[in-house]
Amino acid sequence: MGSQAATDIMIRLDNVTKTFAGGTRPAVENLSLDVGRGEFVTLVGPSGCGKTTTLKMINRIIEPTSGRIFVDGRDALAVPAHELRRSIGYVIQQIGLFPHRTIAQNIATVPLLLNWDRARIDARVAELVEIVGLEPGMLTRYPSELSGGQQQRVGVARALAADPPVLLMDEPFGAVDPIVRKRLQQEFLNLQGRLEKTIVFVTHDIDEAVFMGTRTAILNVGGVLEQYDTPETILANPANAFVEDFLGGERGLKRLALRPVSQVGMKRGPVVDVSAGADEARRVMNEHSVDWLGLLDGDRLLGWVDGSQLDGGDLRLLEPRPFLVSLDSQSSLREALDAVVTSHARVAVVVDDGVYKGMLDLEAIAEEITE
Amino acid sequence: MILAQETALFDWEWVGRNLDSIWERTLEHLALTGVALAVGIVIATGLSAVALRRPRSYTTITAATGLLYTIPSLAVFALVAPLVGIGTSTQRFITAEIALISYTLLILTRNIVTGINGVPAGVREAATGMGYRDGERVRQIELPLALPAVMAGIRIATVTVIGLVTVTALLGLGGLGFFILDGLRRSIIFPTEIVVGVALSVSLAALIDISLLGLGRVLTPWAQDRGT
Amino acid sequence: MDFLSDVAAWFGEVGRWTDDDGIIVRTVEHLWLAVFPMLLAVLISLPVAVWLGHRRIGAFVANAVVNIGRAIPSFGLIVLAAVFFARAGVSLRFWPAAVALLALAIPPIFTNAYTAIVTVPRETVEAARGMGFTETEVLWRIEVPMGAPLIFAGIRISFIQVLATVPLAAVLSSGGGLGQYVIRGFSQGPGGLVEVFSGAMLIAILTLGADWLLSRGERLILPEGLRGRSSEEIRVAASVS
Repeated sequence: MGSQAATDIMIRLDNVTKTFAGGTRPAVENLSLDVGRGEFVTLVGPSGCGKTTTLKMINRIIEPTSGRIFVDGRDALAVPAHELRRSIGYVIQQIGLFPHRTIAQNIATVPLLLNWDRARIDARVAELVEIVGLEPGMLTRYPSELSGGQQQRVGVARALAADPPVLLMDEPFGAVDPIVRKRLQQEFLNLQGRLEKTIVFVTHDIDEAVFMGTRTAILNVGGVLEQYDTPETILANPANAFVEDFLGGERGLKRLALRPVSQVGMKRGPVVDVSAGADEARRVMNEHSVDWLGLLDGDRLLGWVDGSQLDGGDLRLLEPRPFLVSLDSQSSLREALDAVVTSHARVAVVVDDGVYKGMLDLEAIAEEITE
Repeated sequence: MILAQETALFDWEWVGRNLDSIWERTLEHLALTGVALAVGIVIATGLSAVALRRPRSYTTITAATGLLYTIPSLAVFALVAPLVGIGTSTQRFITAEIALISYTLLILTRNIVTGINGVPAGVREAATGMGYRDGERVRQIELPLALPAVMAGIRIATVTVIGLVTVTALLGLGGLGFFILDGLRRSIIFPTEIVVGVALSVSLAALIDISLLGLGRVLTPWAQDRGT
Repeated sequence: MDFLSDVAAWFGEVGRWTDDDGIIVRTVEHLWLAVFPMLLAVLISLPVAVWLGHRRIGAFVANAVVNIGRAIPSFGLIVLAAVFFARAGVSLRFWPAAVALLALAIPPIFTNAYTAIVTVPRETVEAARGMGFTETEVLWRIEVPMGAPLIFAGIRISFIQVLATVPLAAVLSSGGGLGQYVIRGFSQGPGGLVEVFSGAMLIAILTLGADWLLSRGERLILPEGLRGRSSEEIRVAASVS
């Protein structure tokens, strides 16, 4: 074994144990975990499983009782803690923006600690504001003037300021309402797509964990690692009863939630262009054995009409009804399933920026689960 | 010589004649107050540091400073005076200061501790997590955020001390309190001197209170309601 | 060491305790000079404060009272009152101090009582009204009991403050309770320091003792469930506002 040599391991926990003073049992016991460069690892488990303790040992907010920790090739326990932390981004649930400093000053915190020169800091702050989706006008405001969602974006910007290779996140989206949270999650994933940081992300929400992570670690009480694998694998093959329990019901649906619609073959379905004739329209309907028809105008999906509305006249004169639910290629199969179940026609249509891509029916989706 | 005219309720001419004396006593008042606050803040900071490091000591510290606060100022002067002596003016000054300072300790210590403890845990943790060392964090993050509470304490302590300084007249000092006592002894029914003493000390207190309020606002731009 | 034996001797002097001018008489006078204004202050300010709080108006008044109360030097107030009474030809032994102390006693009682009632959660009051309590019942059965800790704290703080200010009245004439020893002693220069010290000790013991007693009393009277808003919190809250 020896030293942690392979440079594609970014974080290594080697038999790490933490017992708190006055505690009878260790909060985390002999945990070993590797995080590869560029991986997005989510730590999830019931309360008392030590996920937050584990996270905080990586940047030594909590010092391990025993064991070794390596970050980016260095022994984390051998360098002064504050130095280590300046090279790791840290985002927490309470956000913790400094109320007495402007947004710009907050973001510039670590660069200031590292004594960057003024010009470099200013440039970096401007860059980050754009990256996390804030307006430059907010830079001179104080945290109390921002909404929860905006504050959390600042928190992320602040963590990224010195461009650390590693990001530690402790329930970062927990303090905002569910709608904002969904948006933040998606935006953060997009961000990670651009930045390719190594991320360790703690959450108590299994749905968030499997949605966000490239690998997920399921921890049991005492820091016991029950399963550590891709979300897909965990959902398909839970390692034991505990994991199965923790994942909860509807695992099939959860797996569907991981797959975007774009990964699945879509059919064209019963659609015709409005320029087509009545005969063509009827032919298409019969071909698909349905009593309705989707109308296209070139690329654009206009809506659908009931078979009884086809009176042999020009299709352009008809008023098509819009589909109740419309998905884009990024929507998950689970959303597609929901659309299928909800719609009268039992299909989910996929439209990307107005361009019709195709539709899915129950059969197509079911195939994905069983494969 | 300070004499009040026998006729009017308030004799402006007396004021005119004694401007020098009034000015001197005002300075004395400010000196007594300033020293008391300065030393009080230093001691209270020390006590707060101890209380914050060892939370269990806080009850003892509060009890001790509370004791000093409860004992009437006059009694504190009186307890200290025999120990320090009142023969020379320096001794009297020290006696007065000891009593004044001990009066401020409860309020200042309590407000400093409350102020620092009031810093949200998330802010503290974020600061540590980003790589602030302990000392840096206290100086750059916690103290500035504790400032509103600390300033509030300083304001209260200052106004209180300005009032107490008048009592030191019994020791031969008194600042503007000198006029109160002197007026009382000379001629109680012609209150010019007394009124001057009271009015000026109240004005002084109000003036300094407002200034400190303004200072506090300037030092804490983030706490002002900026409207969105 | 000499000094302390002098002090002991002072206490041991014949008649020191029992004379007309003795410690017991002066202590009683001291207490009466505190209790009398307190009773008046409670009578005057408590009902007004409670009523204003119940109707949830007059916050400005409460605020102003606190600030004014803090700014006026008690010493100056006593002397000004003396001027007034002297011009009226009234003896200065009792009334100037009583009036000044009354003014001193009111702010803590008023503000605390007001805050006590105003901070009773609106939902609780509304729930009570919804259940059919009359306004009077809401006041006496809900608001006052819930506000009791703060009200008592205000009274306690006020009393200790007043008790501590009584000695200052000794500058006026032969009043001022135990403060007379201190004033008399100071006017005798360095030779009177024994009396000064002894008087101060008596004052300190009286004041601290009263504070302790009232704290215990407060704790005994108040029911457990209401202890949440302790006088500690109030003092802290008041000092930060």
